[in-house]
Amino acid sequence: MFNIFAVLAVLSALLVVVNPLSRNPVTSAMFLVTTMISISGLFVLLNAYFLAAVQILVYAGAVMVLFLFVIMLLDVEETARRKLRIVSLTMGLLSVAALFGVYKSSIETTYEKDVVSSQIDGFWSEHFESISSGEKESGVTVGSTQALGHELFSNVNGFILPFEIVSILLLVAMIGVILLSKKELK
Amino acid sequence: MIEPTLSHYLLVSGALFSIGLLGVIVRRNLLIIYMSLELMLNSANVALVAMSRFNGNLDGQVMVFFIITVAAAEVAVGLALIVALYRKRQTTEVEDLASMKL
Repeated sequence: MFNIFAVLAVLSALLVVVNPLSRNPVTSAMFLVTTMISISGLFVLLNAYFLAAVQILVYAGAVMVLFLFVIMLLDVEETARRKLRIVSLTMGLLSVAALFGVYKSSIETTYEKDVVSSQIDGFWSEHFESISSGEKESGVTVGSTQALGHELFSNVNGFILPFEIVSILLLVAMIGVILLSKKELK
Repeated sequence: MIEPTLSHYLLVSGALFSIGLLGVIVRRNLLIIYMSLELMLNSANVALVAMSRFNGNLDGQVMVFFIITVAAAEVAVGLALIVALYRKRQTTEVEDLASMKL
């Protein structure tokens, strides 16, 4: 299951960015929907059920509808395919590949158990062991709606203040969008 | 069939982030650059959820919850900016929007 969702996510993400057949934003948006759905499948595999539902509702639903709506509104005609500048293309590809290589090798050195225990001692090795061997101490973490709600709104170290701040942020974004989309932008 | 571990999930997240970054660098259409930004935010979400699962701590998922909220607000504002820009300039290609260039 993991392999299916991972390959699907990465493949359709590639098709969002470099689609050999079409340069149309609508196609990219459709493949972005596929990516979001497979990412939410990954969330289910990670026992984050609530976040999987929210991912589909917010991204595959609201955000993508917004994107498609704006694409239709702008009425972007099929622009004559400007040729991508070869220099920027190769440099971009090169730098991104280098970044991914660094990331991959750092993951491999961090989570190889024997490397960790031989190089890092004391607290850190225990810490990393508990990370890499997973759920052995606290059982499987299940991100059900109930558990997440307890975590968010518990009195001890809950996230009530950040929650309220985020609600103000949403209000500000809403007012900002209304102001921005007025006919006469002063 | 091996059980996927934390490093597998982190690799997927890194691949998604790299693809998003590639899109931001290479593509010239403002809308597609925006979609690539969304992809990068989502790859961070995958990494956070995986960490939360393998650490046995729900704080990562709460963080993802907030990231999704902020990303939704950001998409709304950004798309409104793109629409306002299109009304003024009639284009969404970044090469035509170089008036701030020295």
